[in-house]
Amino acid sequence: MSVAGSTRILRDGVRLNPWLAAWLAALVATLLVYQLREAWPWAVKYPRAWNVPLSFWISGFMKWLINDFDLGLFTFKELTRSLSWLLDWPLAAAKGLLSSGFTFSSDPRAPIVVERVSWVALIGVVGVMGYSAGGLRLALLVGGCFAYLAVFGQWDSAMVTLSSIVIAVPLGVALGLFVGIAGFRWLRFEQAITPILDLMQTVPVFAYLVPILFLFGFGPVAAMIATIIYATPPMVRVTMLALRQVPDEVVEFGRMAGCTTRQLLWKVQIPSAQAGLMVGVNQVIMLSLNMVIIASMIGAGGLGFDVLSSLRRLSIGQGLEAGIAITLLAIALDRLSQAFANRPPPDHRRQELTWVARHPYLLTALGILVVTWIIGLVWPAVHIYPETLEITTGAFWEDLVEWINVNFFDELEAVKTWLLLHVLIPVKRFLLQLPWVAVIALLALAGLQLGGWRLALLVACLAGFIAVTGQWAKSMVTVYLCGLSVVFAALIGVPVGIWAARNERAHRVVQVIIDTLQTLPSFVYLIPVVMLFRVGDFSAMIAIVAYAVAPAVRYTDHGIRQVPPHLIEAARAMGCTRRQILWRVQIPLALPEIMLGINQTIMMALAMLVITALVGTRDLGQEVYIALTKADTGRGIVAGVSVAFIAIIADRLIAAWAMRRKQELGLA
Amino acid sequence: MATREQSASGAGASSGKAAAKTAKLTCSGVWKVFGQGAKEFLARHDTAPNAAELTGAGLIGAVRDAGLEVGEGEIFVIMGLSGSGKSTLVRCLSRLIEPTAGAIFFEDQDLLKTSEKEMIELRRHKMGMVFQHFALLPHLTVLGNVAFPLEVQGVDRETRKRRALEVIELVGLQGREAYYPRELSGGQQQRVGIARSLAVEPEIWFLDEPFSALDPLIRREMQDEFLRLQNVLRKTIVFITHDFDEAIRLADRIAIMQDGAIIQIGTPEALVLDPATDYVAEFTKEIPRAKVLSAQAVMSPLGDGEAPSGGVPWNTKVAELAERLVDSEEALAVLDAGGRPIGRLERRAVLDVLVGRTGGP
Ligand SMILES: Nc1ncnc2c1ncn2[C@@H]1O[C@H](COP(=O)(O)OP(=O)(O)O)[C@@H](O)[C@H]1O
Ligand SMILES: [Mg+2]
Repeated sequence: MSVAGSTRILRDGVRLNPWLAAWLAALVATLLVYQLREAWPWAVKYPRAWNVPLSFWISGFMKWLINDFDLGLFTFKELTRSLSWLLDWPLAAAKGLLSSGFTFSSDPRAPIVVERVSWVALIGVVGVMGYSAGGLRLALLVGGCFAYLAVFGQWDSAMVTLSSIVIAVPLGVALGLFVGIAGFRWLRFEQAITPILDLMQTVPVFAYLVPILFLFGFGPVAAMIATIIYATPPMVRVTMLALRQVPDEVVEFGRMAGCTTRQLLWKVQIPSAQAGLMVGVNQVIMLSLNMVIIASMIGAGGLGFDVLSSLRRLSIGQGLEAGIAITLLAIALDRLSQAFANRPPPDHRRQELTWVARHPYLLTALGILVVTWIIGLVWPAVHIYPETLEITTGAFWEDLVEWINVNFFDELEAVKTWLLLHVLIPVKRFLLQLPWVAVIALLALAGLQLGGWRLALLVACLAGFIAVTGQWAKSMVTVYLCGLSVVFAALIGVPVGIWAARNERAHRVVQVIIDTLQTLPSFVYLIPVVMLFRVGDFSAMIAIVAYAVAPAVRYTDHGIRQVPPHLIEAARAMGCTRRQILWRVQIPLALPEIMLGINQTIMMALAMLVITALVGTRDLGQEVYIALTKADTGRGIVAGVSVAFIAIIADRLIAAWAMRRKQELGLA
Repeated sequence: MATREQSASGAGASSGKAAAKTAKLTCSGVWKVFGQGAKEFLARHDTAPNAAELTGAGLIGAVRDAGLEVGEGEIFVIMGLSGSGKSTLVRCLSRLIEPTAGAIFFEDQDLLKTSEKEMIELRRHKMGMVFQHFALLPHLTVLGNVAFPLEVQGVDRETRKRRALEVIELVGLQGREAYYPRELSGGQQQRVGIARSLAVEPEIWFLDEPFSALDPLIRREMQDEFLRLQNVLRKTIVFITHDFDEAIRLADRIAIMQDGAIIQIGTPEALVLDPATDYVAEFTKEIPRAKVLSAQAVMSPLGDGEAPSGGVPWNTKVAELAERLVDSEEALAVLDAGGRPIGRLERRAVLDVLVGRTGGP
């Protein structure tokens, strides 16, 4: 990077930054290529004849894997079959317990039926859990969330969802823990899995639904496997991090005590890393819940299925109720797991008590189960929430939408049309007409300037992959939708973040809103948007902006608060006004942090983009979605990987920029 | 850099404290160099690169050519400023860190040739270590922490509880067995650390700045406690500190480290009387001589056939002699370990030391 900062004197005496010169030259070249589109059509539009049929090869490989691959003792198909058979056991047990009850039919005419846990009992149990971890407030919050499920008629579906969550979460945690431990132990292993984790967290979920569908068939087990794959990567990272953060001295003590490697791990390192590991558990829970709706596409059933099917029927009220149910379930489990993670550790008095006195909550919970079960025998309402008492707000929501649409149709439509005509469509046209060769060259130039030739090479290769596999036009639509959404999200998020950073009251309000936004599963955003704007790019964009705005706010707020106070005092001493302090000191210094927030916004926008395929966009997301409905593995994977590559290109470029800027500012 | 090693200067070989005992732990030519290709670099430089060569190669010479010998039952203190390589050296001695070069012997056993499995056995039964920041396991009670080394060995529950309660009592924490570390003060936590390291009755006891994280008052109290324990236990001890006062109070012998090298080893008295470098002299400047110097160092030679009345052992500290000399008009005899007179003690010489007029360069 020796040329980066240097300037050179041109012959006519104008001082020109060489990078500026390079960029100007590249832009001129781009224009030139565009002007020559008649002569060199291949440079503007990637020729179909040059496509590498990668998706075709992948599909062929998958077919071979399923039909012909023989591992010697058994075939690959038998392997996947037995894996799903194995996973079906705990899932069936959880379902029986929470949802369907157990039926033992030695004699089909008089089956022995064990009923599921009743709604009263479960609300009581989660209430007790909430009380033990976080006191009365948490008990009421968690109990209230579950009560909503019963009262609004969501109980049956919610229990199907919950039973797959209670199995997927421990499995995901255990898997993440073991992979994380391996990564912690062996540097080689960590180096091998890091890019895989990166990819898994950027490839849209839809993309790996396809191969899972292919390997494990349609049904709750396949859905659970998809959930685990989606929710595990953060646990792997958190595990490695938490184990590394155990103080050296504690590990040295373990070794001096004569621990074997295994004893050291299980008796010293993991217990010491407990607090950190709990963060990972919370992440797994949240991601599993985020996956609920998507997993219902391959047979998870439950609340996700309700949302999905009402979305397809455009039956807004029902969809919204189920969506709220998922959100409340997510809030309850999130707060509960966080409270358990942050619970103050036991103190010495506990040791002196009897077993019964040490486990009051466990015993209360068991008591509730037994008592409600006995009461339920004589009074069935305790067991099954009576339908007559169910409330539905479906009609209300539909009326509301109706009312808005009747009264504000013109206004909404005007906004939508104006934006479409003056912003969305022009940007889309522009991007689609950019010569692909030039785009790759410009990306590489950016990579070279920000991170050196390795970054340039990476970026060019990733973009090249997209072109070569014939995804260029769809990718450009993706970039257009995502890019515009990010711009809007930044236009909203950054000012809100600045406001929150400079005003304590605003900070608290904004914080609550952001926390809630981030607990909402992505699908839920689609419901109101579709209600008001129906399907199309515009609806998709609104949903993406709403989903992705949170990190822009959070990082801006944090970045500005992080500016060292002595710099602000110095500026004030020099007589800067509040506005000058903001523009001259706080924003420039917080800019790297803000950009990292924008980076997160891009990642979230891309994740959401794929989901908006449901409301009829025409981009890579749609491509993945189509592949899913057609069970076309290759097509899904290639399109999914292309989305991931767009994410990685953006991520690496922005991260490199932020890194350099931080170093220049002496903040890194 | 040559290491200067001496027992009490001027004393006969027989009166040197450490030399009389058998060596428990010895090391020589120990190097620990951090960085890529450290081993090859050392080999290329014939295991003797200087500081400049090391930094030039981008390496960190945390321990450079260290050699020492710890006698059985001795308190051997390693003293040096922060970053001088004390922790690294002591971790090499217990092989928590693999030295880049050198030899380390525990009694007759070559530690660098010992397999990891045998090392585990050795650490389980013969070594104990106390850490600067206590390194207690947060999820275990005091009892659980102290019994932990026994649990790791597979000792049965009853035995390890009995043994743990014994050591907990020894360090004065009885009644706190059920407490968790976070419920204890710093001093109490370090008592747990001490009890835990003693639970397996180690033969050699490493303490890495055990009192540095404590308040000065508590530190003093813990030092007394430590000396009391050592009076009972008579362990072989390697004690690390960056505090010269602490070193003087506790040590039989002190090794001074600077930039990874040991620059002088000797009794506190020897260091005060004859510092090897200005660096050592700088440390000893502020130390009250009366607390360090012994009768032997200030005595004058006996005249022919002279036999002064009343004797004091050769190693009595001058500070302790003051009272006796105030009462007596005559000079006192200084006796060697066998009770034979080896010199006479003038009042004036003692007074000079007490008021700081002499005694040392
Ligand atoms: N793992 C390591 N990697 C690189 N350098 C280290 C490592 N451990 C210690 N050092 C360096 O070795 C030197 C001695 O450290 P240390 O033994 O901890 O000193 P002390 O205990 O005397 O304060 C220091 O300069 C330290 O930075
Ligand atoms: Mg140290």
